[in-house]
Amino acid sequence: MAIKTEPFVLNIGPVHPSTHGVFRMRATLDGEVVLDIEPVIGYLHRGIEKLAEQRTFTGFIPLTDRLDYISSMSNNMAYCMAVEKLAGVKVPERAQYLRVIIAEMQRIANHLIANGSFLNDCGAYFTPFLYMFREREKVVDLFEMLSGQRLTYNFMRIGGLSQDIPDEFLPALRRFLDKMPAFIDEYDRLLKENEVLLARTRGVGIITAEKALNCSISGPVLRSTGYSWDLRKADPYLLYDRFNFDVPVGMQGDCYDRFRVRMEEMRQSVRIIEQALKDLPLKGAVRADVPQRLHPPKGEAYAHIESPKGELGFHVVSDNSIAPYRVHIRPTSLLNLTALREMVRGWKVADLIVIFGSIDICLGEVDR
Amino acid sequence: MMMPDFGTGARIALAPLPPDWPGGFWWHWLFFTVLVLAFVLSMVMGVIYIERRVLARMQSRLGPNRTGPFGLLQAVADAVKVLIKENIVPAAADKVVHWLAPVVAFAPVVMVFAVVPFANGALLADLNIGILYVVAVSSIASVGIFMAGWGSSNKYALLGGMRDVASIVSYEIPLVLAILGVVLVAGSLSLNDIVQAQQNIPFILVQPLGFLLFFTAACAEINRSPFDLLEADSELTAGFHTEYSGMKFAMFYLVEYAEALAVSAVVATLFLGGWQGPVLPPWLWFLGKVFFVFLVMVWVRATMPRVRIDQLMAFAWKCLFPLALLNLLLTAAEVALWPGAMPLIVIPINFAIAGLLIIIWSKFFKLGWGRVEV
Amino acid sequence: MTIALSGTELGKRLAEKFPGSIVESIPDCLLVNPSLLPEVAGFLKDIPDLDFNYLNYITSVDYYEYFEVIYRLTSTKYNHSIVLKARCYDRENPVLPSVTELWQGANFQEREIYDLMGIRFEGHPNLKRLLLWDGFAGHPLRKDYL
Repeated sequence: MAIKTEPFVLNIGPVHPSTHGVFRMRATLDGEVVLDIEPVIGYLHRGIEKLAEQRTFTGFIPLTDRLDYISSMSNNMAYCMAVEKLAGVKVPERAQYLRVIIAEMQRIANHLIANGSFLNDCGAYFTPFLYMFREREKVVDLFEMLSGQRLTYNFMRIGGLSQDIPDEFLPALRRFLDKMPAFIDEYDRLLKENEVLLARTRGVGIITAEKALNCSISGPVLRSTGYSWDLRKADPYLLYDRFNFDVPVGMQGDCYDRFRVRMEEMRQSVRIIEQALKDLPLKGAVRADVPQRLHPPKGEAYAHIESPKGELGFHVVSDNSIAPYRVHIRPTSLLNLTALREMVRGWKVADLIVIFGSIDICLGEVDR
Repeated sequence: MMMPDFGTGARIALAPLPPDWPGGFWWHWLFFTVLVLAFVLSMVMGVIYIERRVLARMQSRLGPNRTGPFGLLQAVADAVKVLIKENIVPAAADKVVHWLAPVVAFAPVVMVFAVVPFANGALLADLNIGILYVVAVSSIASVGIFMAGWGSSNKYALLGGMRDVASIVSYEIPLVLAILGVVLVAGSLSLNDIVQAQQNIPFILVQPLGFLLFFTAACAEINRSPFDLLEADSELTAGFHTEYSGMKFAMFYLVEYAEALAVSAVVATLFLGGWQGPVLPPWLWFLGKVFFVFLVMVWVRATMPRVRIDQLMAFAWKCLFPLALLNLLLTAAEVALWPGAMPLIVIPINFAIAGLLIIIWSKFFKLGWGRVEV
Repeated sequence: MTIALSGTELGKRLAEKFPGSIVESIPDCLLVNPSLLPEVAGFLKDIPDLDFNYLNYITSVDYYEYFEVIYRLTSTKYNHSIVLKARCYDRENPVLPSVTELWQGANFQEREIYDLMGIRFEGHPNLKRLLLWDGFAGHPLRKDYL
């Protein structure tokens, strides 16, 4: 005998511990079962695209930090690459190597937060989160050594980096690299076969490769479906065609796969940094000669990178003035949310949080 | 000696008082009432401190270490803080229920300690149905929690309250069945007698499966991690006490830890030999065992993610319930086979059977049912 | 490396298939007639030897005389890409057909363009403001805003 039930609307967010910022979902529930959700965003909208039109090309770089503030370096880099493409600036090789190293360090830092907070969403009371923060702290220390900042680095410049690396950076990075694989092994030992974690995430929030591609989903979420699409391989930028690395893919596109893909990507990032360190030219410029009042020729350019969260691109339009005519940011986090509604329907409230957490979004990038 | 009169047919006999207590029944009653209240309130502060420090060490951080020596006064400072905080009652709340809920939740937890022996005979009331009383009284706390969930007129709180009722209803059964095994072996429902029956062997060795079942079910009943669904902070913000603040929130906080303490005490009494132990005084043995059980709970909390509500239900009905029945059957057979004292051979047999059953169940038992078509 | 397909070649093919659909084809991009945009996009998506299954992004630029909406499509199978552009000359009530039917990924982006640039997408299932609140006056990304 079925009990007569009535659906009710539960407002999750914008102030809720598990929405990774100020995301809001209007969820229609039948008891514990999610019937439907409607994402409501815009609580962190600062009009960054409009602000860009009031700034010089270089002056916009600090604002890109505020997009996906978990991985500011990647944002800096993607924007600089777009402007370099537009202005035809050639980046020195040493700067390119350093960019690769920094981008991969940023990937490690981002995935540590992503997986840590994902496990927090699963209800693991902060232990994995703090374990992973312990290592993220080391990456952030290294970034502080480079830029003096711990969150919004503002380190990349059009044509290279803002300054050369300090002498103590490379030995410190070396020490970090030596330890990191052991730390990843530790997480694996603790979490890979944790019975409760498997029960909570295996088969939950499945998305197929076709659906993911149709929804413009990219990054680890797309790769977890088993579809190997990584811009570092598909459309190599910087020097990524020189390095040996694998693209980890999942089996069926569930939350567990997304978690595992991120874990494996950290290992691959360590591998890439090792190779880049080996080939890094010890001397040389880290910035191309770019005029201070850069005014690229009229036209438009799009450059995209495989940021930790997925395809991050900047579409920059220039009218030959010192300010960009229009900057469009391809928001990875926003587009990865497209399929959220399909993914969570029919699951429980608890799964809604887990699936949302496994997508790994940053509200700074969703709302811009 | 005075005897309370409960009417005919329900006459509950009190065990003779230990000789070293001065005065008669009322002095005993007064002394232990004060003792139990003081014990619960001070120990709750103690276990909060222990949990925060131990959890912090397990999570590679320091935990509270600024207030007083080693941060010992942190719990006191927190208590003072919540006392002077504003008490907010939501406009749409059912005021009476909202006010009453913390009291209804708190009282039964303290009542549990009335029958827990701190040393031989050192307990408020040595009821001959002691463990039954514990089971009966401890469930009342969930009424208070559901009142909080319902009376707050908040959807998160309501979801939390409903989860609590669901888990209590399900887990009470394996809990009681696991206790029955101990009762069969000890031959008594009185907690003091159960402790005395563990003179030689603590029941954790005779009842390994029963211990695991009881511990798991008790953790689920008091909503310790990984079964802390009713206040699942990542899903329901704070669950049933979302709308509580100030002292009323502190009461729920107190309930949570007092329940954990009660379960630790009951586990120590039923399975670990209570106050029994060599050299040290009995009450110290008892306290040590309580803390040990509590530390295991903290450890589990630091290790496990949270289960889902359907998995919680499935775990109770498909895993714990049949295992508890089998355990009861097995124990009954053993008791019938060896009346009087059990031979030591029972211990390895029971461990082997427990291991085998757990392996079989973990292989063939499916947790939850996952997605629902909508 | 993702190969950027030449707009001129593809334009020729599309012009044969859908007469009048291509306004201009330069190597960088294809300028598509807005009224035939869904047909062209659907053709690009479904034809096996092009197979543009991935919509990278949609964006819009305000050039005062017209709005330009830019679609970047990628085929993950053949690893090639193409840029489509459509222009809207009506400033008061710019309308374009929606491509949400073809690529669900367009859903949020078209809402965002509607929100910030004020271009309405016909056929969008839920065309509401995305980032700003309902009742916000104006469309901030337009050049004449402020």
